[in-house]
Amino acid sequence: MPGMTITEKVLAAHSGNDRVELGQLIEAELDLVLCHEITTPAAISMLERRGMDRVFDPAKIVAVPDHFVPNKDIQAAALASRLRDWVKRHGIDRYFEVGRNGIAHVLIAEEGFVVPGSTIVAGDSHTCNAGAFGCFATGVGSTDLAAAIYAGRLWFRVPGSMRITLTGELQAGVYPKDVILEVIRRIGVDGANSLAMEWVGPALEEWSMEDRMTLTNMAIEAGAKTGVIAADETTRAYLAERGVTGYPEYRSDPDAVYLSEEEVDLDSLEPVVAFPHLPSNGRPVGEGKGIRIDQAYIGSCTNARLSDLREAAAVMRGRKVAPGVRMIVVPATSRIWRQAMREGLWDIFSEAGAVVANASCGACLGGYMGVVGEGEVCLSSTNRNFVGRMGHPKSEVYLASPATVAASAITGEITDPRPFVEAARRVRAA
Amino acid sequence: MSDVMTGRAHVYPRADINTDEIIPARYLMVDDEAELARHAMEDIDPGFGSKVQPGDFVVAGANFGCGSSREHALWALRGAGVAAVIADSYSRIFLRNAINNGYLALEVPGIAAAVTDGARLEVRPTEGLVRDLDTGRDHRFAQLPDFAVEIRRHGHLLDYLRAREAAGESR
Repeated sequence: MPGMTITEKVLAAHSGNDRVELGQLIEAELDLVLCHEITTPAAISMLERRGMDRVFDPAKIVAVPDHFVPNKDIQAAALASRLRDWVKRHGIDRYFEVGRNGIAHVLIAEEGFVVPGSTIVAGDSHTCNAGAFGCFATGVGSTDLAAAIYAGRLWFRVPGSMRITLTGELQAGVYPKDVILEVIRRIGVDGANSLAMEWVGPALEEWSMEDRMTLTNMAIEAGAKTGVIAADETTRAYLAERGVTGYPEYRSDPDAVYLSEEEVDLDSLEPVVAFPHLPSNGRPVGEGKGIRIDQAYIGSCTNARLSDLREAAAVMRGRKVAPGVRMIVVPATSRIWRQAMREGLWDIFSEAGAVVANASCGACLGGYMGVVGEGEVCLSSTNRNFVGRMGHPKSEVYLASPATVAASAITGEITDPRPFVEAARRVRAA
Repeated sequence: MSDVMTGRAHVYPRADINTDEIIPARYLMVDDEAELARHAMEDIDPGFGSKVQPGDFVVAGANFGCGSSREHALWALRGAGVAAVIADSYSRIFLRNAINNGYLALEVPGIAAAVTDGARLEVRPTEGLVRDLDTGRDHRFAQLPDFAVEIRRHGHLLDYLRAREAAGESR
């Protein structure tokens, strides 16, 4: 019998099986159910209507309002209240109120709630973000969320896996965001439909957890069920800092079967920009020359972590946002907000003429904090650029790394960040 | 499963009709189906809400429902009276949401190119058949897996879970 992939091992362990096969229908026990204020209220209503208002284990729930908070309007206030009341009613301790909150996917990693070998679901498609820790993490709708809350388990079909091997080394000014945009460019927005996108290769050993999460975060944009990177010394160190130990570390067997393979040579990778209106519409950044932007947005669970902000700040230091451009920086969590403040990043952005906002999903999905108007162009460090994603259906969204966004905010048009990154390094070295 | 369904096809031949198009995020504060229905497909087909008749179908290209996990997309279509979606293929989360709601999301490769907008269709779930009444052509779809049929029989995943619990099965 062939070996199993890491994903198969995690699912086997959670469904009482020694082995699982591709396509096998299982029920997997859940270690963590993550709830935010957009999709949880509907799940709560579904359960209440059926007299099923119960939580299988409050200790396995984490609740974080993150999309439309601080309340963007009266309806948002109602959603946030619904989540808050439910949390109180069921004695859910791990609730992160506005001011102590952040984008759910980033927060759970930061808090040490994401553990290798575990299973995680949330009512949000970017749940795959957590797979960077060698677990099985997937996004679901409100009905599945309700079932997860009620029973602590969910049905799954065991997914096949796509293996992506990274070789070489990222060059200056090229980032994990460019890697994932390149892969999605190659395979398309359904290129990994229902698969686990598993990342391997010597290059990953040098990558931080934040770097890795950028890859797994956007697995959904290729149609994948999840993204996964096996735990290693870097993962252990990250978790140890958070007092987390004692978890299984699964790895794919050498003879595990993959349904498809991709290889990316990082040495030759250039910055990528995904043009409207698909995340797969990636082009070399040079093709963006001359495309003027109205808004430069750094935010989202994909790329608003501390390392992202540092890279963008390095580009922006001492420079100004171009006339006619609005730059908005929305950090992923309250902790990141505070740390960025301590490192002087907010001074850099603010002096440059950018807005620095509270931690939130913000404008990524056209919520608030930089909704894009008719005929406007936004270059963004977010994950989707579908029609109307960030605002008006007649607006355009381009996706890129935070450094590319920062460089473009300075020039007012889509710009290769590499000269700026290299210049910043020379200044620091001097 | 259910009886024969008959209705008109609203065809979106493009691939990758995504959940931001099916129901924009600015409506995610609503979970009332009738309200969501009024905004279904708003950014790509503003007339959708008013032209769909109860019992009609949406026919679409590959990877229908891609993007967000928002179940609101399904509720909006169902609320608008769309009796079933028939597409070349689906994105995983949308398909899950459909299965969990006992809602028919039928996979028929090539359907989007084969059906004209406004065509009258007959969907025969037990036979695995979509009949184009205008052209006379039959299109087959794979039967729903057994567990999906079970969920559909109970109406909703939660009803299925509750019934299973009542029957004394914890697994």
